[in-house]
Amino acid sequence: MNSLKRVGFALLAPVIAVLIAVLATSVVIAASGSDSSAGDFWSVILSKPDNRLLVNILNQTTMIYLAAVAAAIGFRMGLFNIGVEGQYLLASYTAATFAGAALLPGALNIMATLVIAMAVGAIWAGIAGILRTTRGVSEVISTIMLNSIALILVGYLLDRYGLHGGNQVRTKDLPESSQLAGWLPFERPDGPIWTLGLLAVAVGVGFWVLLNKTRFGFDLRATGLSQTAAVASGIKVDRMVLISMLLSGAVAGLIWMPAYFGSAHTYGTTFQAGLGFTGIAVALLGRNQPVGMVFGAVLFAFLSTQSNTLTFQTDISPSIVQITQGVAVLAVVIAYELVRRYRIRLEQRTVARARTAPVQEVTA
Amino acid sequence: MSTTQVDKSAPSERARKIGGMYRTYWLVMLVAVVALSLVRIATGADDITAANTLRAAILSACPILLAGMGGLWSERAGIVNIGLEGQMLLGTWGAAYFTYNYGPWVGLLGAAAMGALGGLLHGLATITFGVDHIVSGVAINIIGLGATTFLAEAFFSDYQYGGPRQLTGLDGLPFVTVPGLSDGLKSLNDQGWFVISDLAGLLAALTTKVSVVTILIAVIVVLTAWILWHTSFGLRLRSCGENPAAAESLGVNVYRYKYVAVLVSGGLAGLGGAFLALVAASGFTTNQSNGRGYIGLAAMIFGNWNPFGTLGASLLFGYTDALRLRSPSAVHALLLVVAIGLLAYAAWRFYQGARTSAIVLGLIGAAFLVWFLTTDTVPREFTGMTPYVVTLLVLALASQRLRPPAADGQVYRKGSAG
Repeated sequence: MNSLKRVGFALLAPVIAVLIAVLATSVVIAASGSDSSAGDFWSVILSKPDNRLLVNILNQTTMIYLAAVAAAIGFRMGLFNIGVEGQYLLASYTAATFAGAALLPGALNIMATLVIAMAVGAIWAGIAGILRTTRGVSEVISTIMLNSIALILVGYLLDRYGLHGGNQVRTKDLPESSQLAGWLPFERPDGPIWTLGLLAVAVGVGFWVLLNKTRFGFDLRATGLSQTAAVASGIKVDRMVLISMLLSGAVAGLIWMPAYFGSAHTYGTTFQAGLGFTGIAVALLGRNQPVGMVFGAVLFAFLSTQSNTLTFQTDISPSIVQITQGVAVLAVVIAYELVRRYRIRLEQRTVARARTAPVQEVTA
Repeated sequence: MSTTQVDKSAPSERARKIGGMYRTYWLVMLVAVVALSLVRIATGADDITAANTLRAAILSACPILLAGMGGLWSERAGIVNIGLEGQMLLGTWGAAYFTYNYGPWVGLLGAAAMGALGGLLHGLATITFGVDHIVSGVAINIIGLGATTFLAEAFFSDYQYGGPRQLTGLDGLPFVTVPGLSDGLKSLNDQGWFVISDLAGLLAALTTKVSVVTILIAVIVVLTAWILWHTSFGLRLRSCGENPAAAESLGVNVYRYKYVAVLVSGGLAGLGGAFLALVAASGFTTNQSNGRGYIGLAAMIFGNWNPFGTLGASLLFGYTDALRLRSPSAVHALLLVVAIGLLAYAAWRFYQGARTSAIVLGLIGAAFLVWFLTTDTVPREFTGMTPYVVTLLVLALASQRLRPPAADGQVYRKGSAG
């Protein structure tokens, strides 16, 4: 009974949030005065995706999940790494440049590229970490600034050193020996499931082990729950801040790698921006839990991919799902807070009843 | 006896401090003008104080300043609002929609209302429901971008001069030129005299084709300073940002003040969006704010949570933006200004006895000097980084001098005064 109750409470908030998001989306569609109704919208979104979209959803899920873990590593100890976006942008560009140069053969090139991507992400996040530990600069502000700097820096470097063709600029193509297309579950035109999507599985498992089975993970969670208590029990908070920023940045560096080795093979118009902010949203939706974020990532990947079919069947813009996603995030954090308050009140009532009960016996 | 003495000395002490602050402000301005003038004459980069450049700088600064004022209002009441970006975007849409249907003045109001709607959402989440301010801000930015993109496609596609991603041909707002003064100052600006022409350029920029919205913004800055620091309403609002528990114990309705602050904050950010769509550009495009909400936040921090500091920072950021777009060669000359400024500040710090910071500043200044001497142009992109790099440097080097409101960003629940 008790464990059933706990599961119920854990599921209550996400369910409320999804309902609110559905409601808000429907209201916006109705208010926008489009010819298609909210019912049309949901029937398109909820229709069974064809094979090509299924592959797409899975591939997107892996990248969104990586982004979510990157954000969650910071969030679990109360660090707001808003800079996931800038970290994976810079890391993706550097990695693509290195891999395109083909200094190493085949698989070795892949390994080295992944290491470089992680290192660049970690360094960019580390700047914010060092500013925070040595100068007391809020990581929120510094990572926002670093996002913009990364965007401008990559624009400059790509323009200066990239290959210009037509209106487009891109890095050198990845040599064929280092390409990792992946596994074809359906026909060839439906596309492959990217091999490096496995990175998401590895990172997810690694995150779970780190949190639940290591001293570091315990310290991380303890610092997140109460910094003063953590300091009192001998945890070096500055060191923890720096390490978790580095880890967060390193994971952020990997975000785009499945797509790069799987199908993009060059950094240019093929680059998918915005995953960093999606990752933050999914981390919040999944409460920074390794398993919870899987559901969040699937949901977001599903919504974004399915929304692309909207243009064929309705006159509703696919950007509507951004509203759905944003509202879901805001609603879920509010719902968690309300559920928490409700539980506290429930506990207080139980305690109060337990305290008054024996007194009543005596008087009676 | 002794108490009266304290009472008498307290205001004069404060007046002296404020007087000193204003003296420093004017001194810095004067040094900046002299340095710019010297560099202009030495390098021949006339653009750095040309009236047109300065006018463009003011146009660039305005949206940043409005976002900064928005940040100031909410953070002074203890609410961190990184949702400014999203609220600004809502403002761009509101400005376009209401201007198209009801004219530009209603457009301004509509933009402010849309921004305030974003502020209300932020207030609901952070004040009533106690959600973390950063989390709510991130969500509002996602919603703001999605909502403007969606609403633009839903409404503007069918409009004349409209499309799924833009709406042009909107009625503009009037510009004001001071007759006589404007032309005279411009010709003075063209003479190239030391300091005089530079000051004339500044005055010409302030008297030639000034948008009424710019004037409105100037009024807003002064009003913000007056309301927040010279009225009891402002004192109560700021007390919610410094120590909400104490404020509540004195009978201040903390929630109400926080709501007012966050609504004004969103409204100002929305107005900033209107400026982008109606004054700085000739129409609406999606994602028009393009990070200006964040730059406004940076300007507020650089300006030490103070309206006139925010004004100075916004003008600085707007100036670099204008220079970047108008004249790449002038940007190169600006390197020399930065080098001189840093070296002068380093000498000042050394004179004050702060050796380490003097050496660090001196080294950075020397690096800028070397950069100036060894190159001919600055990549256009690098100038765009200025606001971000400056903010990071200010935070890293002078964080002890910055003083955010004491309870900034903390979740407060009614009744915790106990």
